[in-house]
Amino acid sequence: MDPANILHLGVKEIRGLLRDPAMLFLIVFSFTFSVYTSGSSRSETLNRAPIAIVDEDQSPLSLRILEAFQPPYFAAPVLITAAEMDRRMDEGLDTFALNIPPDFQRDLLAGKQPEIQLNVDATRMTQAFLGSGYVQRIVSAEVAEFLARYRASDVPPVNLVLRPRFNPELDDGWFQAIMSVVNSVTMLSIILAGAALIREREHGTIEHLLVMPVTPPEILISKIWSMGLVVMAGTAFALLGMVDWLLGIPLQGSLLLFFTGAALHVFATASLGIFLATMAGSMPQFGLLLIMVLLPLQVLSGGSTPIEAMPDPVRFVMQAAPNTHFVKLAQAVLFRGAGLDVIWPQMLWLLAIGTALFALSLSRFQRFLK
Amino acid sequence: MSDAAVAHIREVGLTYGRVKALDSVALDIPAGRMVGLIGPDGVGKSSLLALISGARALQTGALEVLGGDMSQPAHRKAVCPRIAYMPQGLGRNLYHTLSVFENVDFFGRLFGQDKAEREARITDLLTATGLSSFRNRPAGKLSGGMKQKLGLCCALIHDPDLLILDEPTTGVDPLSRRQFWELIDRIRAGRPGMSVIVATAYMEEAARFDWLVAMNAGRVLATGSPAELMTRTATDNLDAAFIELLPEEDRSGHNRVVIPPMARDAGDYAIEAEGLTMRFGTFIAVDDVSFRIPKGEIFGFLGSNGCGKTTTMKMLTGLLTASEGTARLFGHEVDPDDLSVRKRVGYMSQAFSLYGELTVAQNFDLHARLFKLDDGRIASRIREMAGRFDLTDVMDQRPDAMPLGIRQRLSLAIAMLHAPDILILDEPTSGVDPVARDAFWQILSDLSRKDGVTIFVSTHFMNEAELCDRISLMHAGKVLVTDTPEAITGGRGAATLEDAFISYLQEAIGDTTSAPGPPAPQVLPQDHVPAKSPAFDPRRMFSYAMRETMELRRDPIRGALAVLGTLILMFVIGLGIGADVKDLTFAVLDHDDSTISRDYVQQIAGSRYFIEQEPLADYAEMDRRLREGKLNLALEIPPNFGRDILRGRDVEIGGWIDGSGPQRAETVQGYVQGMHAHWLTQRMREEFGAAAVAGDFGLQLRYRYNPDIKSLVAMVPAVIPLLLLLIPSMLSALSVVREKELGSITNLYVTPVTRLEFLLGKQIPYTAIAMLNFFLLTALAIFAFKVPFTGSFAVFVLSGFLYVTAATAIGLVISAFMNSQLAAVFATALITILPAVQFSGLTDPVSSLDGVGAVVSQIYPTTHFITISRGVFSKALGFEELGGAILRLALVIPVLIGLGALLMRKQEK
Repeated sequence: MDPANILHLGVKEIRGLLRDPAMLFLIVFSFTFSVYTSGSSRSETLNRAPIAIVDEDQSPLSLRILEAFQPPYFAAPVLITAAEMDRRMDEGLDTFALNIPPDFQRDLLAGKQPEIQLNVDATRMTQAFLGSGYVQRIVSAEVAEFLARYRASDVPPVNLVLRPRFNPELDDGWFQAIMSVVNSVTMLSIILAGAALIREREHGTIEHLLVMPVTPPEILISKIWSMGLVVMAGTAFALLGMVDWLLGIPLQGSLLLFFTGAALHVFATASLGIFLATMAGSMPQFGLLLIMVLLPLQVLSGGSTPIEAMPDPVRFVMQAAPNTHFVKLAQAVLFRGAGLDVIWPQMLWLLAIGTALFALSLSRFQRFLK
Repeated sequence: MSDAAVAHIREVGLTYGRVKALDSVALDIPAGRMVGLIGPDGVGKSSLLALISGARALQTGALEVLGGDMSQPAHRKAVCPRIAYMPQGLGRNLYHTLSVFENVDFFGRLFGQDKAEREARITDLLTATGLSSFRNRPAGKLSGGMKQKLGLCCALIHDPDLLILDEPTTGVDPLSRRQFWELIDRIRAGRPGMSVIVATAYMEEAARFDWLVAMNAGRVLATGSPAELMTRTATDNLDAAFIELLPEEDRSGHNRVVIPPMARDAGDYAIEAEGLTMRFGTFIAVDDVSFRIPKGEIFGFLGSNGCGKTTTMKMLTGLLTASEGTARLFGHEVDPDDLSVRKRVGYMSQAFSLYGELTVAQNFDLHARLFKLDDGRIASRIREMAGRFDLTDVMDQRPDAMPLGIRQRLSLAIAMLHAPDILILDEPTSGVDPVARDAFWQILSDLSRKDGVTIFVSTHFMNEAELCDRISLMHAGKVLVTDTPEAITGGRGAATLEDAFISYLQEAIGDTTSAPGPPAPQVLPQDHVPAKSPAFDPRRMFSYAMRETMELRRDPIRGALAVLGTLILMFVIGLGIGADVKDLTFAVLDHDDSTISRDYVQQIAGSRYFIEQEPLADYAEMDRRLREGKLNLALEIPPNFGRDILRGRDVEIGGWIDGSGPQRAETVQGYVQGMHAHWLTQRMREEFGAAAVAGDFGLQLRYRYNPDIKSLVAMVPAVIPLLLLLIPSMLSALSVVREKELGSITNLYVTPVTRLEFLLGKQIPYTAIAMLNFFLLTALAIFAFKVPFTGSFAVFVLSGFLYVTAATAIGLVISAFMNSQLAAVFATALITILPAVQFSGLTDPVSSLDGVGAVVSQIYPTTHFITISRGVFSKALGFEELGGAILRLALVIPVLIGLGALLMRKQEK
């Protein structure tokens, strides 16, 4: 193997990429716009949740409760009758319907422990889960404040004070921004490396290369390093320029360590891209294959839902996917400031998976040249 | 207007972006004759033919074909059944997975013929073209010549008055070529009124035509019969006549190629092949090929496309390893792993294969470095080669933008850059204009005679083969004969090399054609005054639907995605959102270590969500273990916790949650708070009795539709609409864009099929497959994911059908904007998924939206189908409640299909 060949062929790849506006757009889009929107999204917080209130009490207290629901968490409450409630929930207009029974205030003051009913549309998981907690707290607070004017209340004897570490507000945007970078790294290194090979084949230049004193491993390595370098540059920009500077998300830990891990991940996923490219005959088939491969990789790696929520067999299988380890590594280094002593297993995994994928794609590549 | 002209062309111009393809062409093409367009690639022949056929829209000028204005859609519609157009490229408008019969049958349907008529005509045409015995063979598996005959059958199925053939014989072996023209002659004899316009790259062929149009650089150079053209230029062949007709500046410096005879020294052999054989599966591409090429010889390989020329060359360069036999270069056996041999060989592959994205100078530089030229020598060597091949002026340009002739010169220059002793050139001059071609051969002559370079060149042009020292005639993987061109011609007693080749071919095939050709097709009665083509013809629509279905069934990757794609993705997503978060780790820093504190910890450790880890000793350890990700939760119980509780004092338990995954952290928070509250009530009940636990009021929480709040029950009914949008729209978009990319879209342009018929025909099979997906997904949801189905199944099926119809229609609309399949895949994914996730009530209900989002959500079909899907799965709804949503879903469909038909073009722009 000749390093000079690898260098020159790689430079050629980068020059070629610079002439491909569609790919450049995809790179820029993934590392800027996509990271920014993920980072500033608040998908996991309550946002203008629709609530309807059946106020059969019409008392000062029920009015207080009604007025307590305010944007941005809740849309302004809609006043409905008990008869309308079912239909509106069926149509999916309201996620919450709060039913304040007649004489609620009177019964409360009389110590009769009246009941308020909260109907929740549980087909909307996130809103239902978060929102019902909010509603309970808002109603309880209003009732407590109302009652406080009449009698002193008991303070619960034992408090539990929970403090999230590493992300004090539990801002989901922090997590989403980093995962968006991680997903972009995966997607782009697969696409760029795979497309670089297929483009070469569709243009017939691969044969041209092979009659020159160049070996197949040199061709593959040149594609991996050059496309990997582009992805790494994009990652650096996304992390420092978008996540740290523009979104103001504090990054812990050693960036050098993170980038070393990212390089290993890029090595693995670029090899995967080449492997897929040898399976697909043409660009469109490569595109269809990508859809079937990328989505499972991203959904099941722990980047979108916690890996702890997945069935054990899936978790086991996903150990073979580079994403799983890179997601873990990114969380550990960037949020918890973990060092090499903590993430060395992930590093080793990535190296092993990358080596295996590279060997596999090299053998397929050589067979595919025959 | 004279009736004698089939087409009047007046000042017609055509530009693609900045490239001028036609430059105010004015021409009258006589009717009832065989008219040839001659000239090299890229002079505007194909553009002119596409305009005449109506496949391409007129930009400037006036064009009348068959007595009417081609810029008028009404006239085009009226005459298109009278025109047949066969575009350039072997079988470009054919469907390669369809059989011979199915291809012709498809065209017959497009022209509205009934079954009996089609059967009769197809049998007739297949007999006439000798394709009868290949009736059931897929078009993709035919040889080049047979593909062209099939193309001709498809073109002739409807008895056209004007037959337009764009380079029908390029790359086809001479025997098939001759048979092809004999066939055309017989058909013309049977239909004397028919006009034929042909573009060709072979001057020998053009010599047989009635009338010729010589073209160059988008302009007409001259018109007239072959004899007239030769007389006018005082030449004895058309090749020379064409060169004489070129403008002065184009032919300056042109000389007839003269190759001095080779000095016959009994030197060594540069290339030796012995019994070379190459098998691909059962197919034998090269069969026992042997030859020896002495140093310094120009050796030619003559044969049609697919006869094994390229495969043989690849074995010589080590690109392919021979199944049998040996190849030797300079006496050394070719070893694919021996890189030193490659430095002595220069190879120029058939298609232009330099990097279009690099400049000429960068291409030179890359190759120089890969061939390990000395750093100091690189610059001077590149200058030298650029000078010798006359490329100095274009060093900073990119090859993509250069004319073919210059590109071929560049390829040769690069193949010569490392001063190889052998040059292997695979069809280097295909499509190059005669002046550039002669210049190219002059360079080859110099290389061979002055520099002693051995040249191995393949071609399918006879006049090039005649320039070689020796040639091999090749057919179907076998070498028929190897000798000097003169000896081959003389040995057969033939007048020309072509005749000699044909004689060898007939011998090899076992001479099937010396018998009088099969009868010309029985022309069906001419009384079929073309009935006015109906505005909407279900037969044409179904012919597209049938063809699409057959193609999909024969394409494994697309077929698999179509049938199983949604199922696999649903499975993955289902697993992803599947179960509860569990196996969470926690540890305790217990400063108290009393019965009560241990009881508190025990109730957390005992839950199925948490796993207790080694207790913590101090804050430093807590910090370290949280950082290491070993703990999801750390609890700190203060000193005197138990005593203080008993005394009724305020106590505070501290908890630290790993917030690096906010979703998981929220879940941990929820679990711990719940357990804490539960522990508290339990203690109070133990201490003070039930009354103490009761609050001021009760909040009765009713989780409706999904009382156990299961993620799957909530998400699956919303994921089904998402997947039924993504995959069906992508497939229907691909089905249209694929035709654009492969070229068969031309059939929409030049046959009577309307845009609506085309789109609906495409939509039918994908809607049917999407319905299959619909049932599969529903079954997966109910049986595998155990999502209860409570509402009306009939309503679900009805709205599912409306929804997938809308989804495939979205794909058709998107296809109007896309020209490459890859772009179509990604664009469809992006365009369909974004609004579906953001604005369709997938997570947040649409009533939370405002502004543009709210408007989009009302129009977008996914919104309504998510409402319906959740309604029938979880909310036990039926038609009464969901009628509104179904109506809105139904209304979208005609709008989308109408939009698709409007955006679709019936002509290429």
